[in-house]
Amino acid sequence: MIRKAAIEKHGTDPVFDPGRRNFLGSMAAAAGITLAPGVILYGIGKSSAASANAPTAAVTSDVRWGMLIDVNRCGEGCDDCVTACNTENGIRGHGRETTDAQWIRKLTISNPDNGTSKSLPVMCQHCADPPCVEVCPTGASFKRADGIVLVDKHSCIGCRYCMIACPYKARSFVHEALDNQKPHAPRGKGTVESCTMCVHRIDSDRQPACVEACSDTGGGAMLFGDLNNPASEISKRIAKFTTQQIRADLGLDPGVRYRNL
Amino acid sequence: MNRTTYSEIEGHSKSFYALAAVLALFVLCGFFCAYYMEHYGHYITGMSNQVVWGIPHVFAIFLIVAASGALNIASIGSVFGKRLYQPLGRFSGLLALALLVGGLVVLVLDLGRPDLLIVAMTHYNFSSVFAWNVFLYIGFMLVIAVYLWVQMERRMNRHVRAAARVAFIWRLVLTTGTGCIFGFIVAREAWHPLIMAPLFIAMSFAFGLAVYLLALLAACKGSNRDIGDVVVRRMGRLLAVQVTIVLGLTVIQHATNLLVSENVGVERFILLDGGNYTLLFWLGQVVTGSLVPMVLLFRLREPQDPNHTVSVASALVILGGFVQLYVLVIGGQAYPLNMFPGMEITSGFFDGVVAGYTPSLPEIGLALGGVALTGLIVLFGIKLLRFLPVSLANAAIDPHHVPHNGRV
Repeated sequence: MIRKAAIEKHGTDPVFDPGRRNFLGSMAAAAGITLAPGVILYGIGKSSAASANAPTAAVTSDVRWGMLIDVNRCGEGCDDCVTACNTENGIRGHGRETTDAQWIRKLTISNPDNGTSKSLPVMCQHCADPPCVEVCPTGASFKRADGIVLVDKHSCIGCRYCMIACPYKARSFVHEALDNQKPHAPRGKGTVESCTMCVHRIDSDRQPACVEACSDTGGGAMLFGDLNNPASEISKRIAKFTTQQIRADLGLDPGVRYRNL
Repeated sequence: MNRTTYSEIEGHSKSFYALAAVLALFVLCGFFCAYYMEHYGHYITGMSNQVVWGIPHVFAIFLIVAASGALNIASIGSVFGKRLYQPLGRFSGLLALALLVGGLVVLVLDLGRPDLLIVAMTHYNFSSVFAWNVFLYIGFMLVIAVYLWVQMERRMNRHVRAAARVAFIWRLVLTTGTGCIFGFIVAREAWHPLIMAPLFIAMSFAFGLAVYLLALLAACKGSNRDIGDVVVRRMGRLLAVQVTIVLGLTVIQHATNLLVSENVGVERFILLDGGNYTLLFWLGQVVTGSLVPMVLLFRLREPQDPNHTVSVASALVILGGFVQLYVLVIGGQAYPLNMFPGMEITSGFFDGVVAGYTPSLPEIGLALGGVALTGLIVLFGIKLLRFLPVSLANAAIDPHHVPHNGRV
């Protein structure tokens, strides 16, 4: 579906040609052998690693991934999105509510004037101008070209300044050693983490786990798609209906939008 | 011209070794606490996903802010040419360096991944105030080292004023940078952007001078050096003025925040119904840390021996400083984020409620270890090198001084 959206937008399938890439890799290895015998192992190793881990499509700023959450369709007692996220990313509590990580949580907001209340999921809002990225001293917090905000666990020093800066309380600090991690969602004691929008799924043309769970067993309140593509369903709905961003006044331009908030 | 003579302290007395042993013990405890925290993870601390910076940060920020303030004594002598302060310059530099090292060690050892410190030293995100501060802190150490060198090496004495100017400007920028760590955060209503930098500069003047006064009086007493009432009285009055400025800026801080209607909630929390935070603000910061020392210092009269009063006032200013930073840093985080203005929020992640925070023993141990490290550096600094003037008696620092009631 994602690839389809990209084809719609760009007119061509951005998926690379594996044969062409392998050929170029072999040529590079041969050049390494010929020109620099001393670095031959490095050359071959790099070439084969690139082939093994090649993404199906290059990340490009032509796409901006985002979500639209229809609050009216979000059930008060339903937390399927939370469960799906936890299962997908291997997030387990340790019975310590104040320090256990939460990548997505259900919020209930009540209007004190008339007593009405609404339930909605809140996670990293994947801002266009993310304060977490701005304040991170090492650049560990970063925004991919396609708008997904991530944390590089190899350069996060655990200063937690990003947690201070996030207006959505979307980030958690890993307060203890972890085991049985999911290979696609590495986590680490002493580092900060947050919703990755299931980047591993997106990179293989799948929807984020929360969105999938919401459409399967929840109320179908969550829609995922390319905010930059006017032909995408999410863009069409945003163009058609009134939608909101949480704390839009801060000017961070979150990629997660809400309807009927 | 009257040249000041400096000397090392003897450092062979029982009390010297006892003090060194106690400080070393606290430093070791601090390192052990840091290891304990890193080994088990931060869940053993009082910090959480709600209050992510705790007591170690309060202490680290205090020490760093006081470091830049402690260097002011040297600046007053070298930059502004006040001769009374010139003999105090070397000790000022040493104390600034020691405070900065103590603060940085606490800050680094509280990181989730202190083993990745090399990453922080090699990867910079220049849009981050934190990254600027890494530069500012390292640069400050170098600036102090050069400043001390040109002060202590007679052949280089002619460069003192230039080095002092650089140090003075650097320290102003450094404290501005520390204030901006809080001021640049749009999400937290307690930290008003415009007031943070000037407030931190004023705090650094007051806290640094208070620490300097206590350390100087203790060092002179411990090494049996004369310290005249002129210099103590002068610095005591200066401290009173600086505490007044901090209190004035604190009034402005809260008054301006009250003008922004969406920030009234957090101001109400700090000033009126925030429980411990309100109590700490009024009793700890305003009364104990500001009003009492102001009264003590402004009421100092000529024949009265100022040492005791100035020591008590300085200790109260330091105590008030810790409380002020506690209320600012931890109170600012404990108050919930205002994600949906005008709405009531509940969740399983402590949204919409005031977060609890009780510091644990390991984090207190780490914080105190930083203070002890500062003390240890100063103690061995004055034992190994000539930082302290042989005498700070009135006649020694000012040949034109007219003795009052026979005192010299």
